[in-house]
Amino acid sequence: MSYTPDRSQYPAMRPDGTLDIDLTSGKYLKLWQGPQHPGITGNMSVELTVCGDEVVEGKTHVGYLHRGFEKLMERRTFIQVFPIVCRVCVPEPDFNEYCYAAAVEELAGLQVPEQARWIRTLILEMGRVNSYMMYLGGQAGAFGLGVIGQWTTYARDLMLDRFEELTGARIYHMFILPGGVRDGLPDGFAQRMEETLAEIERTMKDVYEVMFCNAVFKTRAVGLGYIDPALLDQYGVTGPNARAAGVAKDVRKDHPYLAYPELDFEPVTGTESDVYARADVRRRDVLVSVDLIRQILAKMPKEGPVMAKLPNVLHWKIPRGETYIRGECSRGEYGYYLVTDGSGYPRRINVRGPSYTHAMALLERMIVNVNISDVAALMVSLHTYPPEIER
Amino acid sequence: MRTLYERLKALFPLGELTEQRPDMGFVTVPAEHLRPLLTQLRDREGYTHLVLLTAVDWIEEGQFQLTYLLCNRGAARDLGVRVMIPRPAVGLATMEGIHDLWPTAATYQRELREMFGIDFPGSPRVDEEFILEGWIDIPPYRRDFDTRKFSEENFNHRPGRETRDPAQYMKQQLYPDGK
Repeated sequence: MSYTPDRSQYPAMRPDGTLDIDLTSGKYLKLWQGPQHPGITGNMSVELTVCGDEVVEGKTHVGYLHRGFEKLMERRTFIQVFPIVCRVCVPEPDFNEYCYAAAVEELAGLQVPEQARWIRTLILEMGRVNSYMMYLGGQAGAFGLGVIGQWTTYARDLMLDRFEELTGARIYHMFILPGGVRDGLPDGFAQRMEETLAEIERTMKDVYEVMFCNAVFKTRAVGLGYIDPALLDQYGVTGPNARAAGVAKDVRKDHPYLAYPELDFEPVTGTESDVYARADVRRRDVLVSVDLIRQILAKMPKEGPVMAKLPNVLHWKIPRGETYIRGECSRGEYGYYLVTDGSGYPRRINVRGPSYTHAMALLERMIVNVNISDVAALMVSLHTYPPEIER
Repeated sequence: MRTLYERLKALFPLGELTEQRPDMGFVTVPAEHLRPLLTQLRDREGYTHLVLLTAVDWIEEGQFQLTYLLCNRGAARDLGVRVMIPRPAVGLATMEGIHDLWPTAATYQRELREMFGIDFPGSPRVDEEFILEGWIDIPPYRRDFDTRKFSEENFNHRPGRETRDPAQYMKQQLYPDGK
């Protein structure tokens, strides 16, 4: 796409910053991408105003999956909140469980056993691999490379088998609860995990050759969707979106939690800050997670309690206080802000999902001047999950 | 955290510092000093990342608590700035926006306008619907909004499903001996 210096055909800006778009002039057209559209990331839509095939304005619309979780949580005891938090984010639910559990533990003064700390780290890395697999399939699919999604879905399915073996569930695991985790590793888990990791590495090699060395993908992804590093803090950009811009923002390193201080890894970064760079950062991050899972299985204690001794969970009352717990999920900083008032119920829980900033203000800024055919790829490259926007 | 607090305290009328963790604190500031404080934190103290902006409804005290959580990534420190604003029983509460300091704050402010009824005059698209469509009840994240009453009034009951009281069921499952 080439930029046209003559902007006379494009709408003028009003003093309040909005565009003066006269739809009756015949110059502009409204297009809805989503909520039911192959080129949309989940349950959201983008209201596009186009001039020719170029976007002049885009507005993100969410609310198609609002379930009022934050309100629901206020009406449940602390232990009753635990089974619903994972449902905030479908593809990577474990961060909700970890952040909520850690926030309750901090305010209630609970100590988590060593073994549970390592299993939590293991689960979060397994979830990260799964989430990246979904992303890679979606990113390739947005450019018409359908086969990548089939391969990564296969690899994700192998990891779901390990999840099922460990937690009893494939999607919503409900495994990390305040005080620890529900169980230890089953016999032979490490061996089967190693087989899964080897298969994922093999798949990633194929993905690299067929997707990242593909002329179509490179031609369309390189240079598309540039994020200026100066905008990162202004727009709350975190995770791979920031790392692809050369800023090594990674909560695992910046605010170490769980067993990460004892693991050897470096955040993956890029420099070009475009769609290709973001995809490449995530591809390499999969390999880092694979390595971390191996390190965790080698270093974690082989026995010990996985659950702290808890008082009757039905009678918990947590003193008045507030805290914020964060973790580095596959999209960036995920966090829970928990406020308690001394009663048996949370006063307020606010979920900070990275998609909240990426898919709203940032996307609306980036989408201007993009060709219609690139909108889907640009949106997918931010790796957004709408449920965590609307909670 | 204490050193930062002392530096800020010399400039702004801050409340007591709550040191939640060695790397995280919370402090209360009057509403009129919020923007200068945030500007100081962003431009002079390295707190450049707005982690979140949200509200807590203290209905018994007739106040909303707005929490602006800022992060200094280099120092690995978080500071939560609390602002207490009056909570009118009917109508909107009002607060000054910070969307010019962090453009992404406009999204948070739009959500707070819809969910808590806290207005931020001048914030971009603050009056546009964010999540709810055609909402005419009180803002739903306020404490006096009754979700059960709302659903009973607006949705049909679907018969034929077995229902249990979650608390009683959990008690039977976890503590069958009644302790």
